[in-house]
Amino acid sequence: MTSAGDLYPRDWALQPPALTQGYKTSVSRAPRYALISLQNTVSELTGPVFGPEDVAAGDNDLLTNFAQPGESPIGERIILHGRVLDENARPVPNTLVEIWQANAGGRYRHKKDTYLAPVDPNFGGCGRTLTDENGAYHFRTLKPGAYPWRNHLSNWRPGHIHFSVFGTSFAQRLVTQCYFEGDPLIPLCPIVQTVPDQAAIEDLTAKLDLKATLPLDSIAYKFDIVLRGRRSTPFETRPEGN
Amino acid sequence: MPQMLSYLRETASQTAGPFVHIGLAPGAAGFEIYRRELGRDIAGPNAMGERIRVEGTVIDGMGAPIKDALLEVWQANAAGHYAHPQGGGPVEAGFRGWGRVITDFETGEWEFDTVKPGATRGRDGAAQAPHIVLWIVARGINIGLTTRIYFDDEAEANAADPILNLIEWENRRATLLAKQSLRDGAPVYRFDIRLQGENETVFFDI
Repeated sequence: MTSAGDLYPRDWALQPPALTQGYKTSVSRAPRYALISLQNTVSELTGPVFGPEDVAAGDNDLLTNFAQPGESPIGERIILHGRVLDENARPVPNTLVEIWQANAGGRYRHKKDTYLAPVDPNFGGCGRTLTDENGAYHFRTLKPGAYPWRNHLSNWRPGHIHFSVFGTSFAQRLVTQCYFEGDPLIPLCPIVQTVPDQAAIEDLTAKLDLKATLPLDSIAYKFDIVLRGRRSTPFETRPEGN
Repeated sequence: MPQMLSYLRETASQTAGPFVHIGLAPGAAGFEIYRRELGRDIAGPNAMGERIRVEGTVIDGMGAPIKDALLEVWQANAAGHYAHPQGGGPVEAGFRGWGRVITDFETGEWEFDTVKPGATRGRDGAAQAPHIVLWIVARGINIGLTTRIYFDDEAEANAADPILNLIEWENRRATLLAKQSLRDGAPVYRFDIRLQGENETVFFDI
Protein backbone atom coordinates (compact mmCIF):
# COMPACT_ATOMS: atom_id res chain seq x y z
CA MET A 1 0.00 0.00 0.00
CA THR A 2 1.62 3.23 -1.11
CA SER A 3 -0.82 5.67 0.41
CA ALA A 4 -0.46 5.72 4.16
CA GLY A 5 -2.41 8.90 4.80
CA ASP A 6 -5.66 9.40 6.63
CA LEU A 7 -8.97 8.36 5.14
CA TYR A 8 -10.99 11.04 3.45
CA PRO A 9 -13.57 12.31 5.90
CA ARG A 10 -16.87 10.62 5.22
CA ASP A 11 -19.23 12.52 2.88
CA TRP A 12 -22.33 12.60 5.04
CA ALA A 13 -24.40 14.03 2.17
CA LEU A 14 -24.37 10.52 0.69
CA GLN A 15 -25.07 8.58 3.88
CA PRO A 16 -28.39 8.05 5.66
CA PRO A 17 -28.83 10.07 8.85
CA ALA A 18 -29.46 8.07 12.01
CA LEU A 19 -32.98 9.42 12.49
CA THR A 20 -35.33 8.76 9.55
CA GLN A 21 -39.00 9.08 10.46
CA GLY A 22 -40.19 7.02 7.48
CA TYR A 23 -38.26 4.01 8.76
CA LYS A 24 -39.99 3.74 12.11
CA THR A 25 -37.52 1.50 13.92
CA SER A 26 -34.82 4.15 13.58
CA VAL A 27 -36.77 6.55 15.80
CA SER A 28 -35.91 4.81 19.07
CA ARG A 29 -32.48 3.58 17.89
CA ALA A 30 -30.96 6.79 16.53
CA PRO A 31 -28.47 8.61 18.76
CA ARG A 32 -29.65 12.16 19.40
CA TYR A 33 -26.29 13.81 19.95
CA ALA A 34 -23.88 14.61 17.13
CA LEU A 35 -21.08 12.15 16.44
CA ILE A 36 -17.66 13.22 17.73
CA SER A 37 -15.34 13.53 14.73
CA LEU A 38 -11.89 11.97 15.14
CA GLN A 39 -8.70 12.28 13.20
CA ASN A 40 -7.74 8.71 12.39
CA THR A 41 -5.46 6.84 14.76
CA VAL A 42 -3.94 3.40 14.37
CA SER A 43 -7.17 2.02 15.87
CA GLU A 44 -9.24 3.17 12.90
CA LEU A 45 -6.64 2.90 10.11
CA THR A 46 -6.01 -0.77 10.78
CA GLY A 47 -8.59 -3.53 10.49
CA PRO A 48 -8.86 -7.31 10.40
CA VAL A 49 -6.99 -9.14 7.65
CA PHE A 50 -8.60 -12.21 6.07
CA GLY A 51 -7.05 -14.88 3.91
CA PRO A 52 -7.86 -17.99 1.89
CA GLU A 53 -7.91 -20.08 5.09
CA ASP A 54 -11.00 -18.15 6.23
CA VAL A 55 -13.27 -19.09 3.32
CA ALA A 56 -13.89 -22.27 1.36
CA ALA A 57 -14.04 -22.44 -2.42
CA GLY A 58 -17.78 -23.08 -2.62
CA ASP A 59 -18.83 -20.48 -0.05
CA ASN A 60 -19.73 -18.03 -2.86
CA ASP A 61 -22.17 -20.40 -4.60
CA LEU A 62 -25.54 -20.07 -2.86
CA LEU A 63 -27.13 -22.45 -5.37
CA THR A 64 -25.05 -25.30 -3.97
CA ASN A 65 -23.67 -24.34 -0.55
CA PHE A 66 -26.77 -25.52 1.30
CA ALA A 67 -28.50 -27.71 -1.28
CA GLN A 68 -28.88 -31.47 -0.98
CA PRO A 69 -26.61 -33.32 -3.42
CA GLY A 70 -28.19 -33.20 -6.88
CA GLU A 71 -30.82 -30.67 -5.85
CA SER A 72 -31.14 -26.96 -6.38
CA PRO A 73 -33.10 -24.12 -4.74
CA ILE A 74 -36.14 -22.72 -6.57
CA GLY A 75 -35.79 -19.33 -8.22
CA GLU A 76 -34.23 -17.24 -10.96
CA ARG A 77 -30.55 -18.20 -11.20
CA ILE A 78 -28.25 -15.19 -11.21
CA ILE A 79 -24.58 -14.29 -11.13
CA LEU A 80 -23.96 -11.23 -8.98
CA HIS A 81 -20.53 -9.77 -9.54
CA GLY A 82 -18.62 -6.52 -9.34
CA ARG A 83 -15.57 -4.86 -7.88
CA VAL A 84 -14.68 -3.34 -4.54
CA LEU A 85 -12.96 0.00 -5.13
CA ASP A 86 -12.04 2.99 -3.03
CA GLU A 87 -12.93 6.63 -3.67
CA ASN A 88 -9.68 6.99 -5.64
CA ALA A 89 -10.96 4.21 -7.95
CA ARG A 90 -8.22 1.87 -6.73
CA PRO A 91 -9.21 -1.79 -6.42
CA VAL A 92 -9.42 -3.24 -2.90
CA PRO A 93 -7.94 -6.75 -3.21
CA ASN A 94 -8.19 -9.67 -0.75
CA THR A 95 -11.02 -8.17 1.22
CA LEU A 96 -13.85 -10.18 2.71
CA VAL A 97 -17.29 -9.78 1.12
CA GLU A 98 -20.25 -11.49 2.81
CA ILE A 99 -23.86 -11.55 1.62
CA TRP A 100 -27.20 -12.71 2.93
CA GLN A 101 -30.69 -12.73 1.46
CA ALA A 102 -34.21 -14.10 1.41
CA ASN A 103 -35.18 -16.93 -0.92
CA ALA A 104 -37.19 -16.55 -4.14
CA GLY A 105 -40.41 -16.34 -2.13
CA GLY A 106 -39.12 -13.57 0.13
CA ARG A 107 -38.54 -15.79 3.17
CA TYR A 108 -35.36 -15.81 5.25
CA ARG A 109 -33.88 -18.92 6.80
CA HIS A 110 -33.91 -17.37 10.28
CA LYS A 111 -35.66 -18.56 13.39
CA LYS A 112 -37.18 -15.10 13.88
CA ASP A 113 -38.69 -14.81 10.37
CA THR A 114 -42.38 -15.75 10.40
CA TYR A 115 -43.45 -14.70 6.90
CA LEU A 116 -46.04 -16.94 5.17
CA ALA A 117 -43.79 -17.92 2.28
CA PRO A 118 -42.00 -21.23 2.90
CA VAL A 119 -38.32 -21.77 3.50
CA ASP A 120 -36.57 -23.56 0.67
CA PRO A 121 -34.95 -26.77 1.90
CA ASN A 122 -32.09 -26.26 -0.56
CA PHE A 123 -31.33 -22.62 0.21
CA GLY A 124 -29.36 -21.25 3.16
CA GLY A 125 -29.17 -17.67 1.93
CA CYS A 126 -25.61 -16.64 2.79
CA GLY A 127 -22.27 -16.59 1.03
CA ARG A 128 -18.79 -15.16 1.38
CA THR A 129 -15.69 -14.64 -0.72
CA LEU A 130 -12.45 -12.67 -0.94
CA THR A 131 -11.91 -10.13 -3.71
CA ASP A 132 -9.18 -11.03 -6.19
CA GLU A 133 -6.12 -8.91 -7.02
CA ASN A 134 -8.31 -6.59 -9.11
CA GLY A 135 -10.88 -6.14 -6.36
CA ALA A 136 -13.36 -8.36 -8.24
CA TYR A 137 -15.83 -10.71 -6.57
CA HIS A 138 -18.66 -12.90 -7.77
CA PHE A 139 -21.46 -14.92 -6.29
CA ARG A 140 -23.93 -17.34 -7.84
CA THR A 141 -27.34 -17.22 -6.23
CA LEU A 142 -31.01 -16.69 -6.98
CA LYS A 143 -32.95 -13.49 -7.23
CA PRO A 144 -34.53 -12.78 -3.84
CA GLY A 145 -38.27 -12.19 -3.66
CA ALA A 146 -40.03 -9.09 -2.31
CA TYR A 147 -41.68 -9.40 1.09
CA PRO A 148 -43.96 -7.32 3.31
CA TRP A 149 -42.76 -5.90 6.61
CA ARG A 150 -44.24 -4.09 9.57
CA ASN A 151 -43.63 -0.41 9.06
CA HIS A 152 -46.61 1.00 7.28
CA LEU A 153 -48.82 -1.95 6.45
CA SER A 154 -48.41 -1.31 2.72
CA ASN A 155 -44.60 -1.54 2.80
CA TRP A 156 -42.88 -4.23 0.73
CA ARG A 157 -39.13 -4.54 0.58
CA PRO A 158 -37.81 -4.63 -2.98
CA GLY A 159 -35.80 -7.79 -3.67
CA HIS A 160 -32.40 -7.13 -2.14
CA ILE A 161 -29.16 -8.76 -1.08
CA HIS A 162 -27.36 -7.59 2.05
CA PHE A 163 -23.61 -6.93 1.73
CA SER A 164 -20.90 -6.69 4.37
CA VAL A 165 -17.46 -5.43 3.30
CA PHE A 166 -14.28 -4.71 5.28
CA GLY A 167 -11.58 -2.93 3.25
CA THR A 168 -8.18 -2.45 4.91
CA SER A 169 -9.21 -0.05 7.71
CA PHE A 170 -11.90 -0.58 10.32
CA ALA A 171 -13.13 2.92 9.43
CA GLN A 172 -14.04 1.61 5.96
CA ARG A 173 -16.39 -1.01 7.42
CA LEU A 174 -19.64 -1.07 5.44
CA VAL A 175 -22.93 -2.90 5.43
CA THR A 176 -25.38 -2.09 2.71
CA GLN A 177 -28.04 -3.60 0.47
CA CYS A 178 -28.02 -4.24 -3.27
CA TYR A 179 -31.25 -3.80 -5.26
CA PHE A 180 -32.04 -4.84 -8.82
CA GLU A 181 -32.51 -2.56 -11.80
CA GLY A 182 -36.13 -2.05 -12.82
CA ASP A 183 -37.80 -3.00 -9.53
CA PRO A 184 -40.81 -0.67 -9.04
CA LEU A 185 -40.61 -1.14 -5.25
CA ILE A 186 -37.24 0.65 -4.98
CA PRO A 187 -38.53 4.24 -4.93
CA LEU A 188 -41.36 3.25 -2.55
CA CYS A 189 -39.17 1.66 0.11
CA PRO A 190 -38.66 3.64 3.35
CA ILE A 191 -35.30 1.90 3.95
CA VAL A 192 -34.02 2.80 0.49
CA GLN A 193 -35.28 6.33 1.05
CA THR A 194 -33.14 6.77 4.18
CA VAL A 195 -30.35 7.55 1.68
CA PRO A 196 -30.62 11.30 1.05
CA ASP A 197 -28.96 11.40 -2.39
CA GLN A 198 -30.60 10.11 -5.57
CA ALA A 199 -27.30 9.24 -7.26
CA ALA A 200 -26.25 7.29 -4.18
CA ILE A 201 -29.52 5.32 -4.40
CA GLU A 202 -28.77 4.58 -8.06
CA ASP A 203 -25.38 3.27 -6.93
CA LEU A 204 -27.18 0.70 -4.73
CA THR A 205 -28.98 -0.73 -7.76
CA ALA A 206 -27.28 -3.65 -9.55
CA LYS A 207 -27.39 -3.35 -13.31
CA LEU A 208 -28.38 -6.11 -15.69
CA ASP A 209 -25.13 -7.31 -17.28
CA LEU A 210 -25.96 -9.48 -20.28
CA LYS A 211 -22.31 -9.90 -21.24
CA ALA A 212 -21.59 -11.65 -17.94
CA THR A 213 -24.52 -14.01 -18.36
CA LEU A 214 -23.74 -17.71 -18.29
CA PRO A 215 -25.56 -18.77 -21.50
CA LEU A 216 -28.57 -21.04 -20.96
CA ASP A 217 -27.80 -21.10 -17.21
CA SER A 218 -27.75 -17.83 -15.21
CA ILE A 219 -28.53 -14.18 -15.89
CA ALA A 220 -26.02 -11.65 -14.49
CA TYR A 221 -26.10 -8.39 -12.54
CA LYS A 222 -23.20 -6.10 -11.70
CA PHE A 223 -22.80 -4.32 -8.38
CA ASP A 224 -19.68 -2.28 -7.62
CA ILE A 225 -18.92 -1.16 -4.08
CA VAL A 226 -16.93 1.94 -3.18
CA LEU A 227 -15.18 2.24 0.19
CA ARG A 228 -13.60 5.36 1.62
CA GLY A 229 -10.28 6.37 0.04
CA ARG A 230 -7.07 7.51 1.69
CA ARG A 231 -5.06 10.65 1.25
CA SER A 232 -1.78 10.42 -0.53
CA THR A 233 -0.05 13.72 -0.19
CA PRO A 234 3.51 15.02 -0.02
CA PHE A 235 2.53 17.34 2.85
CA GLU A 236 2.02 15.93 6.31
CA THR A 237 0.14 17.86 8.95
CA ARG A 238 2.66 18.40 11.68
CA PRO A 239 1.68 19.39 15.19
CA GLU A 240 3.89 22.47 14.96
CA GLY A 241 2.39 23.37 11.58
CA ASN A 242 3.87 23.11 8.10
CA MET B 1 -12.80 20.19 -18.34
CA PRO B 2 -9.26 19.30 -17.30
CA GLN B 3 -9.91 20.04 -13.64
CA MET B 4 -12.84 17.69 -13.29
CA LEU B 5 -12.56 15.75 -10.04
CA SER B 6 -12.86 12.05 -10.55
CA TYR B 7 -13.42 10.66 -7.05
CA LEU B 8 -15.97 7.91 -6.80
CA ARG B 9 -18.92 8.20 -4.40
CA GLU B 10 -18.67 6.09 -1.27
CA THR B 11 -21.40 3.45 -1.35
CA ALA B 12 -24.27 4.40 0.95
CA SER B 13 -24.89 2.35 4.08
CA GLN B 14 -28.15 0.49 4.64
CA THR B 15 -29.39 -1.11 7.83
CA ALA B 16 -28.16 -4.65 8.51
CA GLY B 17 -31.80 -5.52 9.31
CA PRO B 18 -33.16 -8.03 11.81
CA PHE B 19 -31.69 -11.08 10.06
CA VAL B 20 -28.03 -10.00 10.02
CA HIS B 21 -27.18 -13.31 11.69
CA ILE B 22 -27.83 -15.26 8.47
CA GLY B 23 -24.89 -13.58 6.81
CA LEU B 24 -22.50 -12.90 9.68
CA ALA B 25 -23.38 -15.51 12.33
CA PRO B 26 -25.53 -18.20 10.64
CA GLY B 27 -25.38 -20.53 13.64
CA ALA B 28 -27.38 -17.96 15.59
CA ALA B 29 -29.95 -17.77 12.77
CA GLY B 30 -30.50 -21.49 13.31
CA PHE B 31 -28.40 -23.36 10.76
CA GLU B 32 -24.86 -24.57 10.11
CA ILE B 33 -23.39 -23.89 6.70
CA TYR B 34 -19.73 -22.87 6.93
CA ARG B 35 -16.75 -24.97 7.90
CA ARG B 36 -15.92 -22.24 10.41
CA GLU B 37 -17.76 -19.07 11.38
CA LEU B 38 -15.58 -16.00 11.55
CA GLY B 39 -15.02 -13.84 14.60
CA ARG B 40 -15.69 -16.40 17.32
CA ASP B 41 -12.21 -16.24 18.90
CA ILE B 42 -10.82 -12.74 19.38
CA ALA B 43 -7.48 -13.32 21.09
CA GLY B 44 -6.58 -16.93 20.25
CA PRO B 45 -4.82 -19.40 22.54
CA ASN B 46 -1.34 -17.84 22.54
CA ALA B 47 -2.15 -14.25 23.47
CA MET B 48 -0.18 -12.82 26.38
CA GLY B 49 -1.77 -10.57 28.97
CA GLU B 50 -4.75 -10.55 31.25
CA ARG B 51 -7.78 -12.62 30.21
CA ILE B 52 -10.96 -10.60 30.65
CA ARG B 53 -14.66 -10.80 29.93
CA VAL B 54 -16.60 -7.79 28.65
CA GLU B 55 -20.40 -7.78 28.76
CA GLY B 56 -23.34 -5.43 28.45
CA THR B 57 -26.50 -4.51 26.59
CA VAL B 58 -27.52 -2.08 23.86
CA ILE B 59 -30.42 0.00 25.19
CA ASP B 60 -32.83 1.89 22.92
CA GLY B 61 -34.61 5.19 23.52
CA MET B 62 -37.49 3.47 25.30
CA GLY B 63 -35.07 1.95 27.81
CA ALA B 64 -35.41 -1.54 26.35
CA PRO B 65 -32.47 -3.80 25.45
CA ILE B 66 -32.07 -4.44 21.73
CA LYS B 67 -32.27 -8.15 20.96
CA ASP B 68 -31.24 -8.21 17.32
CA ALA B 69 -27.94 -6.30 17.28
CA LEU B 70 -24.56 -7.48 16.06
CA LEU B 71 -21.37 -5.97 17.42
CA GLU B 72 -17.84 -6.20 16.07
CA VAL B 73 -14.78 -5.81 18.23
CA TRP B 74 -11.40 -4.48 17.06
CA GLN B 75 -8.51 -4.29 19.50
CA ALA B 76 -4.76 -4.41 19.99
CA ASN B 77 -2.97 -7.15 21.90
CA ALA B 78 -1.50 -6.65 25.36
CA ALA B 79 1.60 -5.06 23.81
CA GLY B 80 -0.56 -2.49 22.01
CA HIS B 81 -0.12 -3.99 18.54
CA TYR B 82 -2.93 -4.57 16.05
CA ALA B 83 -2.93 -7.68 13.83
CA HIS B 84 -2.36 -5.63 10.68
CA PRO B 85 0.68 -4.73 8.53
CA GLN B 86 0.61 -1.17 9.97
CA GLY B 87 -0.47 -2.34 13.41
CA GLY B 88 2.58 -1.16 15.35
CA GLY B 89 4.40 -4.46 15.83
CA PRO B 90 4.11 -8.24 15.94
CA VAL B 91 1.22 -10.14 17.52
CA GLU B 92 1.02 -13.68 18.86
CA ALA B 93 0.20 -16.52 16.44
CA GLY B 94 -3.58 -16.81 16.29
CA PHE B 95 -4.25 -13.32 17.63
CA ARG B 96 -6.63 -11.51 15.29
CA GLY B 97 -8.05 -8.92 17.67
CA TRP B 98 -11.35 -8.96 15.84
CA GLY B 99 -14.57 -10.65 16.79
CA ARG B 100 -18.31 -10.78 16.36
CA VAL B 101 -20.78 -10.68 19.19
CA ILE B 102 -24.56 -10.89 19.07
CA THR B 103 -27.13 -9.80 21.59
CA ASP B 104 -29.17 -12.62 23.12
CA PHE B 105 -32.59 -13.06 21.45
CA GLU B 106 -34.34 -13.27 24.84
CA THR B 107 -32.41 -10.92 27.13
CA GLY B 108 -30.40 -8.60 24.89
CA GLU B 109 -27.24 -9.38 26.85
CA TRP B 110 -23.94 -9.69 24.96
CA GLU B 111 -20.52 -10.80 26.15
CA PHE B 112 -17.11 -11.70 24.83
CA ASP B 113 -13.83 -13.08 26.18
CA THR B 114 -10.49 -11.60 25.18
CA VAL B 115 -7.26 -10.23 26.57
CA LYS B 116 -7.02 -6.70 27.89
CA PRO B 117 -5.40 -4.54 25.20
CA GLY B 118 -2.31 -2.49 25.93
CA ALA B 119 -1.80 1.21 25.30
CA THR B 120 -1.43 2.07 21.60
CA ARG B 121 0.39 4.90 19.89
CA GLY B 122 -1.80 7.83 18.99
CA ARG B 123 -1.24 10.65 16.54
CA ASP B 124 1.93 12.64 17.17
CA GLY B 125 3.29 9.84 19.34
CA ALA B 126 0.97 10.46 22.31
CA ALA B 127 -0.16 7.21 23.91
CA GLN B 128 -3.79 6.15 23.72
CA ALA B 129 -5.19 4.50 26.84
CA PRO B 130 -6.11 0.81 26.45
CA HIS B 131 -9.38 0.59 24.53
CA ILE B 132 -11.46 -1.62 22.27
CA VAL B 133 -13.17 -0.26 19.17
CA LEU B 134 -16.80 -1.37 18.92
CA TRP B 135 -19.01 -1.22 15.83
CA ILE B 136 -22.76 -1.81 16.19
CA VAL B 137 -25.31 -2.68 13.53
CA ALA B 138 -28.96 -3.65 13.87
CA ARG B 139 -32.41 -3.17 12.45
CA GLY B 140 -33.21 0.54 12.76
CA ILE B 141 -29.55 1.58 12.67
CA ASN B 142 -29.00 3.12 9.24
CA ILE B 143 -25.22 3.32 9.43
CA GLY B 144 -23.01 1.35 11.82
CA LEU B 145 -22.32 3.11 15.11
CA THR B 146 -18.72 3.26 16.30
CA THR B 147 -17.70 3.73 19.91
CA ARG B 148 -14.77 2.81 22.17
CA ILE B 149 -14.62 0.75 25.33
CA TYR B 150 -12.14 2.13 27.88
CA PHE B 151 -11.46 0.52 31.28
CA ASP B 152 -12.35 2.21 34.56
CA ASP B 153 -9.29 0.78 36.34
CA GLU B 154 -7.00 2.75 33.98
CA ALA B 155 -7.71 6.14 35.52
CA GLU B 156 -4.28 7.63 34.90
CA ALA B 157 -4.07 6.52 31.26
CA ASN B 158 -7.67 7.55 30.63
CA ALA B 159 -7.02 11.05 32.03
CA ALA B 160 -4.26 11.50 29.43
CA ASP B 161 -6.07 9.85 26.50
CA PRO B 162 -6.29 12.22 23.52
CA ILE B 163 -9.63 10.87 22.32
CA LEU B 164 -11.40 11.00 25.70
CA ASN B 165 -10.07 14.51 26.12
CA LEU B 166 -11.52 15.48 22.77
CA ILE B 167 -15.01 15.05 24.19
CA GLU B 168 -15.91 18.55 25.25
CA TRP B 169 -18.53 17.46 27.80
CA GLU B 170 -16.53 15.83 30.56
CA ASN B 171 -19.59 14.12 32.00
CA ARG B 172 -20.07 12.23 28.72
CA ARG B 173 -16.61 10.65 28.87
CA ALA B 174 -17.85 8.29 31.56
CA THR B 175 -20.18 6.65 29.02
CA LEU B 176 -17.07 5.05 27.48
CA LEU B 177 -15.76 3.50 30.69
CA ALA B 178 -16.39 -0.20 31.26
CA LYS B 179 -16.79 -0.96 34.96
CA GLN B 180 -14.66 -3.70 36.43
CA SER B 181 -15.84 -6.26 38.93
CA LEU B 182 -14.58 -9.70 39.91
CA ARG B 183 -16.55 -12.86 39.28
CA ASP B 184 -15.04 -16.04 40.71
CA GLY B 185 -11.80 -14.08 40.96
CA ALA B 186 -11.74 -13.18 37.24
CA PRO B 187 -12.15 -9.65 35.89
CA VAL B 188 -15.47 -8.82 34.22
CA TYR B 189 -16.13 -5.42 32.66
CA ARG B 190 -19.66 -4.07 32.25
CA PHE B 191 -20.36 -1.79 29.28
CA ASP B 192 -23.97 -0.81 28.61
CA ILE B 193 -24.52 1.16 25.43
CA ARG B 194 -27.31 3.74 25.50
CA LEU B 195 -28.49 4.90 22.09
CA GLN B 196 -30.55 7.79 23.49
CA GLY B 197 -31.60 9.53 26.65
CA GLU B 198 -29.75 10.29 29.81
CA ASN B 199 -26.14 9.10 29.53
CA GLU B 200 -26.36 8.52 25.78
CA THR B 201 -23.12 6.76 24.80
CA VAL B 202 -20.59 8.80 22.84
CA PHE B 203 -20.38 7.66 19.22
CA PHE B 204 -17.65 8.69 16.82
CA ASP B 205 -17.39 9.80 13.22
CA ILE B 206 -14.14 8.03 12.44
